[in-house]
Order: sequence, then C-alpha cells, then structure tokens
Amino acid sequence: MALVKNTLGRLAPTEVNGKPAVPFQGVGKFRPTGRKACPPIPTCLDYPEDGNKVVPDLRSALKKAGVRNGMTISTHHHFRDGDTLPLQLFNLCAEMGLKDLVWYPSAAFPCHAPIAKHLDSGVIHHIEGSLNGPLGDYCTHGKMRGLGVLRSHGGRAQAIQDGEVHIDISVIAAPTADQFGNANAVHGQSACGVLGYADADLTYADRTIVVTDNLVPFPAIPIQLSGTHVDMVVGQDSIGDPKKIVSGTTQITRSPDRLYIAELTARFIRDSGIMHDGFSFQAGAGGISLAFALYLADMMKQAGVKASWLHGGSTRYLVKMLEDGIAPVLIDGQAFDLDAVRSIGVNRGHIDTSPLVSYNFHAKGNYINLLDAAVLGATEVDANFNANVVTHSDGRLRHGIGGWQNCMQARCTILAIPAMRDRMPVVVDEVTTLCAPGELVDVIVTELGLAINPLRQDLLDAVKGKGLPVRSIQDIKAEVERTCGKPSRPKHGDKVVAVVKWIDGTVLDSVYQLG
Amino acid sequence: MSTASAGRRGPDVRSDLWVELELRSSGGVELAIKSKVDFMYGEANRKLVLDTLKTLGVEHARVAIEDTGALPFVITARLEAAVHRSSFIVHRSSLLPPPGPSFARPSARDRSRRSRLYLPGNEPRFMLNARIHKPDAVILDLEDSVPHEDKDAALLVVRNALYALDFGDCERMVRINPLPAGLDEIDALVPAGVNVILIPKCESAEQARAVDARISSALSSFVNRHTSFDVFLMPIVETCEGMFKAREIAGASPRIVALTYGLEDYILDLGGVKTPAGLESLWARSQVVNAAKAAGVQAIDTVFADVEDMDALRASCRAAKELGYEGKGCIHPRQVEVVNEEFTPSPAEIEKAQEIVLAFREAQAQGRNVVSVGSRMIDPPVVQRARRIIAIAVSLGRLSVDWNESSVTLSAAEGLGGKNEDSSASPQNDKRAGA
Repeated sequence: MALVKNTLGRLAPTEVNGKPAVPFQGVGKFRPTGRKACPPIPTCLDYPEDGNKVVPDLRSALKKAGVRNGMTISTHHHFRDGDTLPLQLFNLCAEMGLKDLVWYPSAAFPCHAPIAKHLDSGVIHHIEGSLNGPLGDYCTHGKMRGLGVLRSHGGRAQAIQDGEVHIDISVIAAPTADQFGNANAVHGQSACGVLGYADADLTYADRTIVVTDNLVPFPAIPIQLSGTHVDMVVGQDSIGDPKKIVSGTTQITRSPDRLYIAELTARFIRDSGIMHDGFSFQAGAGGISLAFALYLADMMKQAGVKASWLHGGSTRYLVKMLEDGIAPVLIDGQAFDLDAVRSIGVNRGHIDTSPLVSYNFHAKGNYINLLDAAVLGATEVDANFNANVVTHSDGRLRHGIGGWQNCMQARCTILAIPAMRDRMPVVVDEVTTLCAPGELVDVIVTELGLAINPLRQDLLDAVKGKGLPVRSIQDIKAEVERTCGKPSRPKHGDKVVAVVKWIDGTVLDSVYQLG
Repeated sequence: MSTASAGRRGPDVRSDLWVELELRSSGGVELAIKSKVDFMYGEANRKLVLDTLKTLGVEHARVAIEDTGALPFVITARLEAAVHRSSFIVHRSSLLPPPGPSFARPSARDRSRRSRLYLPGNEPRFMLNARIHKPDAVILDLEDSVPHEDKDAALLVVRNALYALDFGDCERMVRINPLPAGLDEIDALVPAGVNVILIPKCESAEQARAVDARISSALSSFVNRHTSFDVFLMPIVETCEGMFKAREIAGASPRIVALTYGLEDYILDLGGVKTPAGLESLWARSQVVNAAKAAGVQAIDTVFADVEDMDALRASCRAAKELGYEGKGCIHPRQVEVVNEEFTPSPAEIEKAQEIVLAFREAQAQGRNVVSVGSRMIDPPVVQRARRIIAIAVSLGRLSVDWNESSVTLSAAEGLGGKNEDSSASPQNDKRAGA
C-alpha cells in the first residue's frame, strides 16, 4: 500500500479498499467536479398498483432486491444501542450463503459487537463506518480484511453523493411505516424521534427496504421519510430494543471538575459576546455538553438573551430551552432521550434535519456553517489545536466521528475536555490520530483553564479583562506534563488498518495495527 | 516471610494504586506491574517503584502492582504504606515527591477563610484539581472520611500531596485524628508545609497546647529551610464538654487563628434532634462565635450536609453570617461558589461601608464623634464594623487598598460575572473571515 504525506504531514494511503483516495490537501482546498451519483431510473409500472409494497419478511425482501456477494448494504443508527436489525440482517445474509458484503452503517454501537463473527466468516468483507468497542479492537488488531473507513455523518452523505460509496441495498428500520413505505419515528413502540441519518441512503441506494414493527394504514404521518423512494416494506414483531433506543434520561456529569469545565464553557460563550440575541449553538449529549447547556440556559435567562435556533442531537435540556421560550427553533438530527422524542411530535419549533441538509459538503451551503458556536468533546488535542476523536492515546479505535468533524465548520468550535483523564494526558504533544485540523478548533476549555487558538485574535480580544482563566495551550500542556509525567508514545506497526476521512472525502490520517 | 498490601483497586477505583509486597531474603526485587497507562508510563513507573524501594532500603521482595493511572506521588505513597505494613524495619527516609508549585507557601494569620473544602485523605484523585473550585482553603482529612484501617496509608497520601500537588492560592489545612493518635501525624505534616492543623473533638486548652508544642518541635528541626514559615491551628469543638470550654480552647495557643465546630457529633453528644430550623444548636453556635471573638480569632461555621440544595446552603450561610461567622466548611466543590459569595461583602455592603467611614472621618475633622448617614445615626461601633467590611473587601480584591484616596468608587469586581459591558469587543467574525 502506497502511503503519501498529506499537507498536515500525516501518512495517507492513495488507495482505499480498491478505490483511489485523495490525501488531505488543506481546509477548503479540495473541490471535486462532475455530477453527483444517482440511483437507477425506476418506473412506477414496476411497483404494485395499489401501492402495497409489503413483502412477507426481510429474507424475501433481500432476495427480491437481488442481494448478492460483494454488495454494499447500509443501515442507520437512530436506534443506537437498541439497534438489533443489523445483526438480524447479516445473520440472514449468512444463512443465504452470501460473502464479501460491505456494511455501511451510519454508526455502530456496543450492541453490534456480534457482527464480528460475520467478519470472521467472510460474510462481511469490511465495515465503512464508526468502529468502537469490540469492533474497534477487531479492526485495530488488523483482523478486518478491508480498511476501516471512518467518516463524519456529513462525510458519509458526501461519499454517497459523489459516488465514493455506492449503496446497493439500504435497510431502514422505521418505528412507524405504511404499506407504501412512508415512515416516521414519532409513533410506535420504537419511536426514536427522527430518521435523518437514513435520508441519503433512501434517496441514493439502488434498492431500499423499510422494516417496521408498527405497520399502519396509508398514510403514516408525519411523513419523515417518503415512500416514493422505497422498494419494499417488511412488518415484523421487533426491530430493536425500545429500552435502549433512547436512554430514558440523559445523564449530566456529576464530576465537579467536569461541571467546572461545562460552566467555564458557558461563561466563555457569555463573556466573549457570542451569547447575544439571535445567536445559535449546538450541544450534544455528552455529560459535559449537557451541563454546559444547563449553565448557558441560566445565563441566558439572567441576561434576558434569546437564541434564534439550536442544533441537536436533542436532549430534554434543549427541549426545555425550546419550551421555556429561550430558543424558538430546535433543528434536530438525533433524539437522545424520551423528552426529545415527545417534543418532536408536539412542538412546532422542533424540526428534524439530516446530514444531507445540516452537514453536507456537496450541498449549496449547509446549516452547520451558520452556527455561532458548537461545543464538542475530543480524546486528544495537541499544541497546534489538532484534535482526535476516534482513538485514545493507546492507538485503539474507540469512537466514531459522528457530527464532530462537521461541527468544526461552526463560527466558533469549542472542545470542552478534561486536560487529563486519570493519568492520561488529553492535551498532548501530537495527537495519535488526526481527525480535525487545528485551524478549525477555536477554543479548548479544560479544568486547567481555557486556551484560544492564536488564529482567533478577535476572541482573544473579546475576553480580555473578563476574568476568564485564559492560558496558552502550551502552558496547559506543560502543566499536564508536570502532573502526569512525560508520556512515551505507543508503539504501532506500519500496517494501516483504517483511514480517517475529512468532510470533503480526502484522507486526513491513518490508523495503524497494534500488536 | 511477611506479605503486606496497601492502596485501592476494584472496578470503581481510578487514579490509584494497589500494591502487594512480599519480603524475601534474597533474589532482589521481582516486580510485576499491571497498569492501564503502561504504554505511556510503563518504564517511568518501574523506575519509580525500584527507586522508592531502594530509598526505603528494601532489597529483596516480590512486588505486585495494579495501577489505575496513579500519579507518581500516589505510587510512592502506596508503596511506602505497604513497606511500613510489612515486617520490614524502615531505617531510612522516605522518597519524597519533588516539591510542586505551592509547596510550603506560607499563609497569614488573618487571611480570609470563607470556604474550606474537605477532601478525603485516602482519595488522591479528588485532591488533584481541588484548587480550581477556588476555596479559600483545602482540608486534607485524616479523620472521619478515612476508614480506621487506612489511617496510615492516608497520612502518606496527604503528606505526599502537600509536597507534590498544586493547591494554588488555597490555604493547606489538614484535619488530624483526635488526640493522642493525631499528635504523631504532625511530625509528617509539618515538614510537608501544612498551613493549618485542625484538631477534631477538641475538649480542652491542654489538647490545643499539646498540638502547639508538637508543631513547635517539628518546626524547630527544619525551620532553617523555611524561615518565614508558621503553622496555625483551628480547633473543632464538637462535644458538650468542648462547647463549655470553647473560650479557653480558642485562647489556648497563639497558633490558633480560628475556631469551628462539628454539628453531627455535637447533636449526638447532646442527645437532641437535628432540625432544619436548628434551634437545638443555637446555643452552641452562639457559644462558639462568642468564644472565638472574645479570643480574637475567626469564627468559622460547620459544614452543610445537603450537596444538592443550594438555596438551603445559601440560607445556612446567611444565618451563620448574621450570628458573626466568617466562613463555612464545604463537603462538595459545588458548594464553594455559594459559600464564597455569601461570605464576601456585596458591592452594596462595601459601598455603604465606604460611605460610613468617609462621613465619620469628615465628622471627626469637624470635632464630632457622631454623624448621620441618611436617616441612620452612625457611632464608633458602626464605623468599626464598616472598617472591617472594607478590610475584608480589600483583602479579597473587591476594593482597591487606596480606595479612600481617590473617590468612592468600587474597583472592577472581576469574576463576579454578569454584564458584558464592552460589546464592541465582541467577536464579529467567525474563523472563516480571517482566512
């Protein structure tokens, strides 16, 4: 495998899973041309006149879809750790004697660990999607035949749209669907709120199968996914474990140090002037992010400031801001808890979005660029503000990229992170895996103070004299090293086991096999 | 041969070390370390363990270690505890951590002690970042938060933490165990630069004097190295007997800078019932504050047990402040901010105090000793109180020291938060603008 150095000095293979790959060329430098990929032209004559696309079961649907060796099959992850459909799907593929499939999930969760047996047996050739837990170890230890390809949610849509990934069959788990294939996630025992991650799959796959545990008469409203793109509908008793689809309650961190980080992040947004009438922000479901949203809501109330919109993943805390009138609109790609699921069904200001709309590189603009602030986590950040989110310092794949890279396009991107976890430095000399170029990371907020990227002189000026503990990132790193000791780097081989794509489809970095 | 163990392990343990030590008569040191940070610190840890054993004089032993990311000062503390627990007779000195940025930073008798944050002595991970919550003092606790069987190990953690950790501007306090056991702990704490020793369950002036004497003797052996160093005392009265002796305890030693009390133990001793209104302890609370003020030391309130209820904490602070208390104990970092706020003179209080002092000065210049501010008659005790508020405000940076030489304006109260006045400094552009 030929490796070349990209503009950030990271080694990138020029070919990934048999297809040519472009090394990262710098932020905003890569401009693909040509025409978008497209699915084959269907004819309504080939579909039932009465609109009833229901087939008896998933097996016959796959058969009818023409499943064969080497195909790429996609699923979405709105059911999170309750997502049982992929395992059912690949068990069936194994029974059908299929080989060398590519799984293209929008994310993988711990519940997907048993998929490893299908990698072992050859049913699945490789996974292009987040690799964590046991699947992450499987890949890091070099056991997967193809390269892991780690993409952001936006990058996944980009790869579909520019033809880098062609989905042969998309299998969409839907909490509610009608016989025509219209679907929503608002109703049904498996209600998960939104289905945006399936949007690109639905429109670009050759064949689309909707699987539901709540088959209702036409039309299933609200129509979040349109049956106009759907080939077949399967009704079955269960499509997931509703208890794990959303956590009943999202947990705010209880760690005093992390609460401090959350509060400091909110103070930064307030005191820098980012918090002003009509501003917008995104905050995820991580423990620090949740607490940050709470602190910021308090500060907004105190100052009488209202946001114009929020971007989810939605939690009950963002829903509360919506319902308290602190923000009139919540644009939501993922519901994390039951309050969020409830809200999207009843609040007019709570609307769903998809990576095609919010995060898409091949779009005529996207929402995330309009965000005033995004608050994210990271596993590591280095003195040049380069950040890592997929591996820990031990080099093991631990997390997916999710919307993280996409949120780097916000006007101000803040990493709210502990400077060290136990004795593991988070602020380091050089990130183990580069997932975001430092020029896009504007601020890091840690328990040891906050560091503003020197590129953002405007932010440095804005917080001057505001009493915030502003330090240089080198200073924070030096303190971490003084406390923990200077760590030695993990040893890894030269064999690349996965690549990290940037949002434009170029290769940002490689992940290497561990012993 | 003897086997000993020390430290903590288990699914919930983080940033700690468990060590098992089996002394041998020959064969050198056989060392096995299982560590989650082995890929980063494997070699460094090995060297540190071997150096520590060598310093302590252990030459032949089997040592098994489970490490959940312990910092070096914890590693050496746990190892030393295991060696002391074994049958090995330690003749040589300990391997002390290199002094950190706040090691042996002196304190002052009359410094502000609004909040003091309790940290369990055997839980090193809570100590690491205690300073970021900005308590006026941290208390490394050897008493109630440490199980009996870990008293020895906790003392070594606390000693090493005093050397190694950065406690910033926090005064470094240690609550020793009740006498007589607590006396022996002082020998390790004084060279480590402790600022204030808290004497729990103090019942007599003699006890305070015994601690004083032990400190003095410990100081005398290393005073050359820290010439400006002094160690202060804060007795805690928490028995009926102690309450009666509060006045003589408060005045028992020139090292005493503050007096406080413990409510749980006192109510237990009293046989009363702890109520939200707290009438059962009103006498005791008044007794402690009176004793402290009569002896010329600070009166510091006890802790507030409910870490969730910030409104009740605020009310409790106000009640204490009204009685004359100047600070309060915190059992959770989240309480610190509220306690600091409540025991800091408010801008309105500071302004009023300035007004009174200036009006009185003007009156005196005209030969009068009484003056009215608004509708209120101001006489010398009122002026004294106002001066005290100003002194506190100056010491906390809320008021410039030369405030009365300029005009009656407040210095910028940084960090009090609130309005973002200078909107012209707001970032107008995003990161793409400059590119």
